[in-house]
Amino acid sequence: MRILLVDDEAELVSTLAERLSFRGIEADWVTSGEEALKQVEKQRYDIAVLDVKMPRISGLALKKLLEEKDPQLKFIFLTGHGSEEDFAIGSAEAGEAYYLIKPVDLNLLIEKLKEIIRT
Amino acid sequence: MSWETIAREGFQFFGKMSASISHEIKNALAIINESAGLLEDFSILAEKGRPIDPERLKLLAASVMKQIQRADGLIKRLNRFAHSADDPIKIIDLNETLELLVSLAQRPAAMREARLDLVLPDHPVMAVTNPFLLENILWLFLDFLLTGNHKVVQLIPEVTGTGVRIRLVGQFGFPVDPAQAFPSEREKALLEALRGELEMEPQVGEMILSLQKNF
Repeated sequence: MRILLVDDEAELVSTLAERLSFRGIEADWVTSGEEALKQVEKQRYDIAVLDVKMPRISGLALKKLLEEKDPQLKFIFLTGHGSEEDFAIGSAEAGEAYYLIKPVDLNLLIEKLKEIIRT
Repeated sequence: MSWETIAREGFQFFGKMSASISHEIKNALAIINESAGLLEDFSILAEKGRPIDPERLKLLAASVMKQIQRADGLIKRLNRFAHSADDPIKIIDLNETLELLVSLAQRPAAMREARLDLVLPDHPVMAVTNPFLLENILWLFLDFLLTGNHKVVQLIPEVTGTGVRIRLVGQFGFPVDPAQAFPSEREKALLEALRGELEMEPQVGEMILSLQKNF
């Protein structure tokens, strides 16, 4: 499994990528939608994990752009939204993708990644 | 003057700023969470015989401390913002009020690829006004400018012969959207409540909010 992490908080995604690598999951990371669009041209990914709120290209907009480049790519969203209502709205907008609320439970993220790969 | 409009706008403004700050606090907590998790991973690996690099530990500790300071700063800002609604009339230093507003609005601006620059004089710019309503109307002005896709907006407080003024300087033309009436009823209601005046100078890219000396 190879995943791409996209979040404008570099310290968050770099640390998350390292922790995933300890668990046998190859994870690259970038800090903007623009970089993500370039990265998927260089490397194929199974899943993109996207922050919802990013400057310039939001996570939801990035999902659509990445899907155009790779229709097979699956998605998980990370959000700083705290409420169940926000979560529900975001999930509806994101279609079949999954939502996880920050701070992320790593075991839950891995569970979701595996679940997506299985389906 | 519609107090109903002012109250509705006030709640929306308070909600928007609180949501933005809580989102940033969540980001700081998320980084602390991952740093703590990585420390745990290193400990587990050390138990299995893999040595821990002290430099990595120092970096992780520094990262945690940085994020705690960040979250602490955010909470202090939120607290100051919340207290700006305490008094309907107060003597304020516009420099401090604008510093607070810019610190609150910088992230929403960054989300729109814009930056807010504060140009402060080396002396206080005192005003007697309603601090919360002033922050609210300035946010609406900024929101209008940022919707017009301005990359940089400067905020400049100044003393005038009759009171004070705040210049918002960008590169903008009016109307940005012909369908968007500005100032709309909400800005007009706030202007009236603040006894302020708005001048729009599209040729030189300025909006000027003037407040009288005596509220």
